[in-house]
Amino acid sequence: MKARVHVMLKAGVLDPQGEAVRHALGTLGFSGVDGVRQGKVIDLELAETDAQKARAAVEEMCEKLLANTVIERYDIEIG
Amino acid sequence: MKSAVIQFPGSNCDRDLAMALNRVGGAGPAQIVWHKETSLPAGLDLVAIPGGFSFGDYLRCGAIAARSPITRAIVAFAKRGGHVLGVCNGFQVLTEAGLLPGALMRNANLKYICRTVGLRVDTTDSAFTAGYAPGQEIALPIAHHDGNYTADADTLARLEDAGRVAFRYTDNPNGSAGDIAGILSANRRVLGMMPHPERASETAHGNTDGAVLFRSLADAMAPA
Repeated sequence: MKARVHVMLKAGVLDPQGEAVRHALGTLGFSGVDGVRQGKVIDLELAETDAQKARAAVEEMCEKLLANTVIERYDIEIG
Repeated sequence: MKSAVIQFPGSNCDRDLAMALNRVGGAGPAQIVWHKETSLPAGLDLVAIPGGFSFGDYLRCGAIAARSPITRAIVAFAKRGGHVLGVCNGFQVLTEAGLLPGALMRNANLKYICRTVGLRVDTTDSAFTAGYAPGQEIALPIAHHDGNYTADADTLARLEDAGRVAFRYTDNPNGSAGDIAGILSANRRVLGMMPHPERASETAHGNTDGAVLFRSLADAMAPA
């Protein structure tokens, strides 16, 4: 079973890298980009075949390692 | 003072930190402890986590090191009231391990900054800072890409109210909240700081402002 985790900075946490990308897009002539937020995608290959159990396991992985919940939030896609 | 310096793959200030600790003397030289160890040497007064790029800063700075076998032992040591010092990447490890609140984000200007900066000693109420004068202005080198301290408003208020900000930048280089350069745990025995006191601890460095921190620790740990 496959799982995909999206990790993003929480709303309200300034994303200096996203801001830099926004400025660079402006420099390239892409006007009208009001905001850029940069995150990461983590793909997992799981031995688990039960979607519910897989989700619970990945959630624990996010809480313990994959995301720093002080500044980041995460979304999990299963399958 | 009996101390240990933790070594992760990618640590690069471990020997400097050990030398700074050895310079203030104590019960034998600082022991270097590899991260795969599951326990700390017996009878330690201080555990020091050095700067560097543990595990190549993969995932997040300090994230993998904070889940290393030795870190479990460090957390237990701190919970028993042991003193822990984290410098630079060591500070990042301490926040990732949950021993200090908040997080260290990418510098606001997105640049790796390597230079000496001005700091104000915000509290002398700790074994680390007792040797400084209250409000003393000192200079220490910084060398980091992710030193932009952040925490939610409640946490920041709690740190300020309890006088847990140990060092503050006099001219904020990285965007950190409240100009914070270093903070203490609630029991004041865990210190995380981005500046490098070990790089300003002997006359050959051209600056000995950092030596005071190590001297303070040695004095605090000296048998009564």
